[in-house]
Amino acid sequence: MKFLERIVENMEPKFAKGSKLEKLHPVFESFMTLAFTPKEVTKKGSHIRDGVDLKRTMMTVIIALIPCLIFGMVGAGHWHYVANPTSDVDVTNFWADFGPKILYGLTVLLPLIIVSYGVGLTVEFIFAIIKGHSLHEGFLVSGLLIPLIMPADVPLWMVAIAVAFAVLIGKEVFGGTGMNIVNVALTARAFLFFAYPTSMSGNSVWFGGQPDGFSGPTALGDLATFTSDDKTSWAFQSVSDFAEVYTMEASWMGYIPGSIGETSAVACLIGAAILLFTGIASWRVMISFFAGGLAMSAIFNAWGANEFMLLEPLHMIALGGFFFGGVFMITDPVTACQTNTGKFIYGFLGGFLSIMIRVFNPAYPEGVMMAILFMNIMAPTIDHYVVQSNVKRRLKRLKTA
Amino acid sequence: MQELVNIFVKGIFIENMIFAYFLGMCSYLAVSKTVKTAVGLGAAVIFVLGITVPINYLLENYVLKEGALAWLSADFADIDLSFLSFIMFIAVIASMVQLVEMIVEKFAPALYGALGIFLPLIAVNCAILGGALFMQDRQYSSIAEATSFGLGSGVGWFLAIVAIAAIREKIRYSHVPAPLRGLGITFIITGLMGIAFMSFMGITL
Repeated sequence: MKFLERIVENMEPKFAKGSKLEKLHPVFESFMTLAFTPKEVTKKGSHIRDGVDLKRTMMTVIIALIPCLIFGMVGAGHWHYVANPTSDVDVTNFWADFGPKILYGLTVLLPLIIVSYGVGLTVEFIFAIIKGHSLHEGFLVSGLLIPLIMPADVPLWMVAIAVAFAVLIGKEVFGGTGMNIVNVALTARAFLFFAYPTSMSGNSVWFGGQPDGFSGPTALGDLATFTSDDKTSWAFQSVSDFAEVYTMEASWMGYIPGSIGETSAVACLIGAAILLFTGIASWRVMISFFAGGLAMSAIFNAWGANEFMLLEPLHMIALGGFFFGGVFMITDPVTACQTNTGKFIYGFLGGFLSIMIRVFNPAYPEGVMMAILFMNIMAPTIDHYVVQSNVKRRLKRLKTA
Repeated sequence: MQELVNIFVKGIFIENMIFAYFLGMCSYLAVSKTVKTAVGLGAAVIFVLGITVPINYLLENYVLKEGALAWLSADFADIDLSFLSFIMFIAVIASMVQLVEMIVEKFAPALYGALGIFLPLIAVNCAILGGALFMQDRQYSSIAEATSFGLGSGVGWFLAIVAIAAIREKIRYSHVPAPLRGLGITFIITGLMGIAFMSFMGITL
């Protein structure tokens, strides 16, 4: 380590003020502080020093994402071999032939991650250089979230456009990390969803490298056919037939097709444990999000207006991106509500709307991301009214005293 | 009854005046600096839409539409006055806005001052005339449906302006690039909100 540190120290004068590479100082600084604790400390006044700064926070989230990442790779490989059966790879068991599956998953996911980080960090670097501040760390997490919410077959250039749009319009125009009003990763996904709907939904995008004519919808895509009045278009005869194919266990473990990182509820729960233990995600938001989703599914289940609604609540929330959204997306501390009461309302409405959009809107069976985006823009309003009601209550107390 | 609720909910979320049709943008952009004034203007728009749409519905169905005058006498059955609908609708809207203005001035003078020119300008707010014209276009079958549509669109507009006002209050201390400050960033936020509202598009009630 001493050796590395010396190299960095030797490089520093080249980027200092007045020297040749002065303009690239933000780039240098951000890479340096990623590896080493910065040397500069505040000189005046008393300050609390803590090892947890924004970079370590982001790193914790990335660690929490690792279970989803690994599971996503295996999943991408598994569904690829389901679509292209070969005699070497056993597709009857999800975990069998782990090696070739994860290898294929790597070839899918690695380019996505490289493109996402490459494009995103380039935009960030350009802004950092223009504005002359140090690089913001915010993209470290978004850059990994974006590949995980993409279907396996998405073209890389689309990812590049979406990332550029999301970082530029979603974040940098608001002043960078910590000031955005909508989640950057969700903006990327929503952008692709509306700009290139055929590559983001439907039956042909969930299986990496699939041959023509192979049709593989997600579980939610199959469920959405239940909302049609025409029974012949239904993917299953009834919801109990559906539950036999996509069993409760498969849905929770994630043995179902879907976006790369979001299929497994269990992997998300491991991440949730890490985030909650380190105190990075708000438990208020997370708990109330799941409560909202369960409440809405239970209401639908009791109502039972169509086959889709008859799905058991615990099965309903295990499908699609509900867990991924609830653990990694809605808990984003920047775009969520800031007040404690607001967090409960925000999370609950988020879960509530997720299931509602999923059931009511056959065009977007994957309603979770859209619901969270909607809650993002409503969060400031909720905060405002929570603060106002606090003010009112205290004024009343003042008057009676 | 269910039909009425459907029209109401549709007006708020699915066919939101701001995010689906981008109507009534001028006052939406101009009066959304603080939540307080936004709530005031939003309430005024709900009131005006909730009153003018049913009145215009009556005008449309008993005076303006082809054959609408048949209730007076059989001689008028083939008269079509629909070319007058714009001016009639606007006249109704303008008089209602006058009424609102007087009410606000009397009971909430502070709000009256804060809203300034935008209160009388509700008369030419395209969301209001848009409401009347959508009502004409969609041919609602009863005055109750027209009222529910008017109120729903009003509440949708209210929701939109309050949400953006809260966001603008939140980003007041953000480092928005200087050229984008003010209206520029507001337009971008509106676009992002439009994307978020698209989650409801396509829901059939």
